[in-house]
Amino acid sequence: MPSNSPAMPPTKLSWIVGGAQGSGVDTSATTFGRACAHAGLEVLGKREFYSNIKGRHSYYHVMVSPSPVLSHEEHANLLVALDAESTMRHARDVEPGGAIIYNPAHAGVDPQEIPTLEPRIAALLAGYCKANGEEATLSGLVKVESARGVLPVPLPFEDLLNEIAPKVGSAYGSQISRVANTVAVGATLALIGLPPEHLDRSLGEVFGKRPKLLEMNALGAAAGFLAARPFAARFPQKLAAQPPRCPRLFLTGNQAVALGKIAGGCRFQTYYPITPASDESEFLEARDSIPLKGGGRQALVVVQTEDEIAAVTMASGAALAGARAATSTSGPGFSLMMEGLGWAGINEVPLVVTLYQRSGPSTGMPTRSEQGDLMFALHAGHGTFPRLIVASGDIEELIEDGAWTLDLAERYQTPVIHLVDKALAVSSGTVPLPDLDAVTIDRGALILKNHGAGPAYPFPRFQVTESGISPRPVFGLEGHIFYVTGDESDEVGHITEDPLVRDLMVEKRRRKLETAAREIPERLKARSFGRKDPGLLLVGWGSSKGAILEALSTLESRGLSVGFLQLRLLEPFPVSLVRDALARAATFAVVEANESGQLADLIAMRTGLLAPHRLVKTNGRPIVPAEVADHAERILEGKARPREVMTLGN
Amino acid sequence: MATEAGLTAKDFKTDVHIDWCPGCGDFAIVTALQMALAELGVPNHKVAVISGVGCSAKTPHYLKSFGAHTIHGRLLPYAIGIKLANPELTVIGTAGDGDGLGIGAGHFVNAGRRNVDLTYLLFNNGVYGLTKGQASPTLKLGAKPKSLPSPNINEGVNPIWLAVASGYTWIGRSYAFDVKHLKDMIVRAVRHKGLAFLDILQPCPTYNDLNTKDWYAAKDARADGGGPAGARLYRLDEAGHDPVVHTLEAQEGRMLRAMELGAQWGERIPLGVFYENPLVPTFEERIALRNPAYRGPAPSDQVLAGADGRTNVAFDEILAALRV
Repeated sequence: MPSNSPAMPPTKLSWIVGGAQGSGVDTSATTFGRACAHAGLEVLGKREFYSNIKGRHSYYHVMVSPSPVLSHEEHANLLVALDAESTMRHARDVEPGGAIIYNPAHAGVDPQEIPTLEPRIAALLAGYCKANGEEATLSGLVKVESARGVLPVPLPFEDLLNEIAPKVGSAYGSQISRVANTVAVGATLALIGLPPEHLDRSLGEVFGKRPKLLEMNALGAAAGFLAARPFAARFPQKLAAQPPRCPRLFLTGNQAVALGKIAGGCRFQTYYPITPASDESEFLEARDSIPLKGGGRQALVVVQTEDEIAAVTMASGAALAGARAATSTSGPGFSLMMEGLGWAGINEVPLVVTLYQRSGPSTGMPTRSEQGDLMFALHAGHGTFPRLIVASGDIEELIEDGAWTLDLAERYQTPVIHLVDKALAVSSGTVPLPDLDAVTIDRGALILKNHGAGPAYPFPRFQVTESGISPRPVFGLEGHIFYVTGDESDEVGHITEDPLVRDLMVEKRRRKLETAAREIPERLKARSFGRKDPGLLLVGWGSSKGAILEALSTLESRGLSVGFLQLRLLEPFPVSLVRDALARAATFAVVEANESGQLADLIAMRTGLLAPHRLVKTNGRPIVPAEVADHAERILEGKARPREVMTLGN
Repeated sequence: MATEAGLTAKDFKTDVHIDWCPGCGDFAIVTALQMALAELGVPNHKVAVISGVGCSAKTPHYLKSFGAHTIHGRLLPYAIGIKLANPELTVIGTAGDGDGLGIGAGHFVNAGRRNVDLTYLLFNNGVYGLTKGQASPTLKLGAKPKSLPSPNINEGVNPIWLAVASGYTWIGRSYAFDVKHLKDMIVRAVRHKGLAFLDILQPCPTYNDLNTKDWYAAKDARADGGGPAGARLYRLDEAGHDPVVHTLEAQEGRMLRAMELGAQWGERIPLGVFYENPLVPTFEERIALRNPAYRGPAPSDQVLAGADGRTNVAFDEILAALRV
């Protein structure tokens, strides 16, 4: 039953800003998020948008809390609707005690008149309003929500903007509507009780290089702040500024990977534009002159190629010549890379492929998330060759893995696939300042200088060794001429079809993975949370980490015996570690955003243990804590089916 | 004969068994390439020869230099990656016509947009040899070599036109069995600063019974009493063609002239340099202009860590905008 009584102040604020793509939704989320960060608070945002440049609905969901935020949640405390559609789509997600900032000029809009709102949702809203005794308009919807205990905050955007237009001069008056998003952020700060100077600071950072825009936005922020202040007393969910718990960064997932790659020595990156991977390469391209300790700079070459085939092959070429090389893509691009990946595999080329998963197959839902490419990454390419697969669970791990995967590629001389997904790539937030100075670089058996007694020819680049790892000179090194070929080859890289040599080479390449499995520390293989001997062990990988951790707290607070095993290294698979963890649990459920339960299948393949429960999700929206907790509870109650589909998300 | 650098063609030979068909034009190309490398005086370890897949693709194994035998059609991006990571290397691509202009056509076109300083040799015989003689992208419409069950249903692409249109800055043609001319042309192509394209007409004795050694020598004409007098092949330099773009204003005219000459086929087939444009900046120069650090150690030569094994990046500047 909806309650009319205001909720308790939240331990965290769940804020949604929505509007048409191109109307500044992302900017307002950045200015708001950074303002909260400057107030010492912790922030985590997620971004949802259509595959569209301008006009379709996009929104940013920002969680703010005095303590670190692990996941976004389904509900909102405060909705900022820059257009009518955003009110329509998100009003029902606002909890009692929350508020909706909307434009009263949209009061008469009928949901069925909004062309970008799916008819299914429009009809649902109309029915919802009528069932609650109101007309099917935005104002009717707001009244229904108000009766539920949600505070309506009508913000007359046009009037406010018209008031500040004369102050910025006629030349800019026509652009003033672009400031509506900042008006909304100003209003937000008034409601949640944060002093406006934090916003001024973040506006300075975002618009500092464009003084006129900064002036306009500062005026907009002040106008929004003043206009919303009369409502502040009726909005109980306040946040207070606090000293930051440590030095921090505010960054996106894409930026985190790029930062890790810079630290890890990536100096050659290729890409073909694709959502949601390109932002990483663009970040690198804008920082392609790397400052060095002790002065001087080093070039990072970033090449936008003609397609992903060129991306993977060009990066492989650079790696042969001795550069630390990587490429970034998403599913469709990775599909194109297959033959090049296999070539890198048989030629033992160290290559990092950052694979940003999105909803497939084919173009799928290109701006929505999925963890659907685990099995693809594992089997990518024809024939067999060793590859390592690493999956990151949060922004901090993206930085660490962005650097570490480069080491893995060179130490084991083989492709490394770094699995990220859209949800994590476009999330943004505060993280403790990582100790990047401490990032170490291990280039394995690389030979960069000619220390030999004299030129030898040809060099046994693919020498059969016990570890499987051969000495690796680079193209151009005197005395070390060798060959590489996509054919099976002998030790110097010439073509062979000798059955004995073939077996020697297959076994040698195979041993590299065994060596990797021995050498990689446990912490980087998997992480364990909660009880080690739980009634239910949740197993997951990738971006669902935060949601599962939040669910774990909820379940623990309900007195339930639960644990969480997060897998970071998926190939070589940490067999004994996983088998032991599963053996200590009474039962286990694998939680992942794909159709079949790919990690569950992989666990069965590697350990022989069949997952009793699979919690999967395919609607393109990230997993949220509530659905994990609810399903987990049902499993513990014996009421769950072997495969349950999680369906939350907007 | 030893060159100034003291190198001979023999210095670039390997003892790998060459398994092309007897009479294949590829043998002559390898010989010319070895002679050209000796004449260029490049140390063996400063040369990287990159191929795709097919008969032509075995070439790197027959040369004493770094060699990458890559995947079908993709030798250009591999070559570009190697060259950009280590601009000191002399990078030579050896492609087949199916390899380069069929499956690899997209890379062929896009490489022209960049003008990376490398040399692209097209072993052009009109057929896919290694897969038993299917029509390649350079085989003319209606042509029916013995390996085809019926005449070619596709029109042939004109490699000279395609290279001009794509922005190659040095475009030439030679003939496999004129080893001296071929060697000279390879030397000029390698010395050109920018992306050089050399179309090498190369008879395939096994599958292409149309464009044979005898056909290029116009022996067919003597047999039936008609057709061209003497050899079909003639030299552009002897015909007085000046391929060089001396001013940017003259560029378009030179391109059009190169295409006009490139249109010639059949009775008169031009050999030599069609087009040479030294005025277009290389991709390496464009990178360095945008990022002066590229003039320092290339990615292949960069030191990434200090003596303590830790990254040598100074992070303050990079982190400045991200700190809160």
